Amino acid sequence: MTDKNALELNDLSVAYRVGGRNRAVLRNVSLKIGRGEAYGLVGESGCGKSTVALSVVRYLPRNGSITGGSIALDGQDIMKLDAEALRRARAESVSMVYQDPGKALNPSLRIGRQLTEIFELGGVSGQAASDKAIAMLNRVRISDPVSVMQRYPHQLSGGMQQRVAIAMALANDPSMLILDEPTTGLDATVEAEVLDLIAQLRRELSASILFISHNLAVVSNMCDRVGVLYAGMLVEEGSTKDVFNDPRHPYTVALLRCLPRGGQRKDQGRLDTIPGFLPGIGANITGCAFADRCALATERCRSEPPPLYDLGEGRLSRCHYHDKAQSLPRATPAEIPAAAPKQAPPVLQVEGLNKTYASHGRPLRAVKDVSVSLRPGETLGLVGESGSGKTTFARLLLGLVSPDEGGSIELEGRELAPRLANRTEDQVKAVQIVFQNPDSALNRSHSIRHILSRALKRLGGLTGRTLDTRLEELVRSVRLTDRHLAVKPRQLSGGLKQRVAIARAFAGDPRIVVCDEPTSALDVSVQAAILNLLADLQSKQDVSYIFISHDLGVVRYLSDKIAVLYLGRIMEFGPSEAVFSGPHHPYTEALLSAVPKLDRMESSRIRLDGEIPSAANPPTGCVFHTRCPRKIGAICETQEPELIEAEPGHTIRCHIPFEELARLQKPKALEPA
Amino acid sequence: MSATDTPANLPAPDATSRRGPWGEVLHSLLRSGTFLTGLGIVLFWVICALFGEHFVPYDPLADDIINALAPPSAEHWFGTDQIGRDVFSRVIVGSRDILTVAPLATLLATVAGTALGLLIGYFRGIVDDIVSRVLEAFMAIPVVIIALLAIVALGTSKITVIVVIGLSFAPIIARTVRSAVLAERELDYVAAAKLRHEGALHTMFVEILPNVIPPILVETTVRLGYAIFAVATLSFMGFGIQPPSPDWGLSISSNYGMIGGGFWWTVLFDALAIASLVIGVNLVADGVHGAFND
Repeated sequence: MTDKNALELNDLSVAYRVGGRNRAVLRNVSLKIGRGEAYGLVGESGCGKSTVALSVVRYLPRNGSITGGSIALDGQDIMKLDAEALRRARAESVSMVYQDPGKALNPSLRIGRQLTEIFELGGVSGQAASDKAIAMLNRVRISDPVSVMQRYPHQLSGGMQQRVAIAMALANDPSMLILDEPTTGLDATVEAEVLDLIAQLRRELSASILFISHNLAVVSNMCDRVGVLYAGMLVEEGSTKDVFNDPRHPYTVALLRCLPRGGQRKDQGRLDTIPGFLPGIGANITGCAFADRCALATERCRSEPPPLYDLGEGRLSRCHYHDKAQSLPRATPAEIPAAAPKQAPPVLQVEGLNKTYASHGRPLRAVKDVSVSLRPGETLGLVGESGSGKTTFARLLLGLVSPDEGGSIELEGRELAPRLANRTEDQVKAVQIVFQNPDSALNRSHSIRHILSRALKRLGGLTGRTLDTRLEELVRSVRLTDRHLAVKPRQLSGGLKQRVAIARAFAGDPRIVVCDEPTSALDVSVQAAILNLLADLQSKQDVSYIFISHDLGVVRYLSDKIAVLYLGRIMEFGPSEAVFSGPHHPYTEALLSAVPKLDRMESSRIRLDGEIPSAANPPTGCVFHTRCPRKIGAICETQEPELIEAEPGHTIRCHIPFEELARLQKPKALEPA
Repeated sequence: MSATDTPANLPAPDATSRRGPWGEVLHSLLRSGTFLTGLGIVLFWVICALFGEHFVPYDPLADDIINALAPPSAEHWFGTDQIGRDVFSRVIVGSRDILTVAPLATLLATVAGTALGLLIGYFRGIVDDIVSRVLEAFMAIPVVIIALLAIVALGTSKITVIVVIGLSFAPIIARTVRSAVLAERELDYVAAAKLRHEGALHTMFVEILPNVIPPILVETTVRLGYAIFAVATLSFMGFGIQPPSPDWGLSISSNYGMIGGGFWWTVLFDALAIASLVIGVNLVADGVHGAFND
């Protein structure tokens, strides 16, 4: 660190005025970011991460105000700047990149116009500005900047949009770059590209980075130092390696334990969770903010607010018992109810399923020739980038869209009608779904009682007293209580809402439940509790899951079998362990390599260029050949490979023989993924 | 809070969730100057309609030929008309018919429009294509022409006015409801209803309808303003409310020939009454719109 820090927060306190009262959102946050340093700020939603970012550029919403402390950018106190000086500071020394690039770019202006505008504000005009804009786009590795300049934001993919947003942020060579969840919402492969880009730019530019993310793995790969926020307070700080490998605050310890790591699976134990809830904003906190949720808490923690203890070597922890933090007992016992694996006949047998949409008069094959089978109590994980056909496949199973002629879906040996309306009541209740977004899945006008009773009535065929009894059981089985029944969905937190959605799916004792990204809208501690719940319900009721998620760690935890989809085709199918540990299809290999991991420093990485091609115009031959890092030659472009059984039960769609894949991927296969 | 994986406790409800969504709307309505001003004006006319006859100085229908066309004075605040009826009393009591007919017409339009909008928004496809085109064709015909046809068929009465205005406004409400339903039907709770084999009627009226109430309410208040205007217009043209009612539109119609003679008071106060009621309703509509879209 040099004499002047790029950013220095001193005892920063911020409050939002809600309901006529000032509610504290940030409480005495102090942090320093040195020149050229990347600082990560992590924490669950509602902990104040984004408020830090907004305070630094003084973009707080109208009801927000800085109630104490100071913010210095390059040693300059930004609280003292007048409007003009503030405008200059925003234009010249600090830039921000937001989560959703689609909203950060003006949809009605061409990219070129938006970029040159920044230079024109700096006094450069005409051709010079446009040259600079092109140089900027080159810098963010956009291969054809001249044509990109002519396009509108909606004509670019999400990854490209985020590159443009980064280019705009870097245009004036800021000394401080704030990235607020820059890769959330992007596919893992695109996320990996954007993160690579940011890492490369860091080496080229002098900018310091404040990197805000809920994703611990992303922060661990990108940042030198990291701060953990909880209830608006910095509870732990230190070098990334130290904090993640040797956490000294029970909250950090607990957060790290919530993630399925090192290929953990449901039959190896439950994930740990964090009991209770984050204190509401403006809550009156006496003692330690985390005390209510901490198994180590003593009387002292409840009465005496812990100071930020200096542990030496730049490490800080706001815990009276920071030396014992790692002895935090588990909140959820790891042991699992024994489930005897049995060789029952398949509950689901899908043969040659196709779905073709018409897109501008051309056929768009969303799902092509998919065959899978699933036994009772098993989970089939579906993975692939967005646009790979995962959700369409799930909707075909549910009967929400009807497949092309020819294929067949059999449930417990009986053919399922393609259309939902033609399925019997028993078949309808046997296949249910837990949607990604509980806000959309639960009717906001209905009470939880109404939602669940209706499901029990229609799916369980229950009425009167028996319905009430079963309702109570159902509510308890997803670990809610009677008190949750009277409220509307909006009064529940995301995790509780998702429990209601799960309860609804289980109302009619289903045989198969499709879980479409059920945890992607949730914080990690809540995600862990939901995954545990799904695993418990499965072992108790012998239900099968079709589990869709972009988070491969989560898929791996819950799945017995994996199907990797690309452009509607199964590229690889097999037992979860075989698919994950390899040898695997080059696409699977690339997907796995794209995932940021907490456990290891990145070694060899495979990056996929560009985006998934359009399903309306798929590449000839092997559909993956345009992006395949292991393409062998002309055969890939002309001939579509068959799904070949490489090992018993493990099939791969690739021209490279299995033994050859094993040899090529050997170093990776040995590595603990 | 217990130290197990049992989130048995609801998080402490914060200020925003203590009131329900409707409480939230009410709260912001009661803080909206626009809404309160409009509500004040509308309430004034409602009270006049309900109790006006008890406090007006003269019988609005009693003629007094000797005092015909008297200008405004302490005795007759707004003057008298050509047969000597007190204009002030007539304006106050004149709100009664319009405030019965216009709201009933709007109610009819809302009920018919909502049902139609739910239907075409939910089923889409060919039903939507056909019904939407018919509605558009219907909307292209001016209300007055529809009114003429209806009067020929049904004769003049308040019911005719209600039906004419109600049916000509229904397509507009149907279109608003349709677009709200189109967004709503894509939400997963509708798919969840399909996965319970719910019937179309249940899905439309129990699942979707409660969630499209806000745009319906906004559109209804806006329509009420137009309905008042339409009733006044029809009465003015003689197709609407019939004599001897002291209705505003009717009074203007029978007196506007007098303006040339300088007897402006026979027309002005009725015109102002119509304007103030329309403005009041529009302010309420503005306030409601704001409260739902904050």
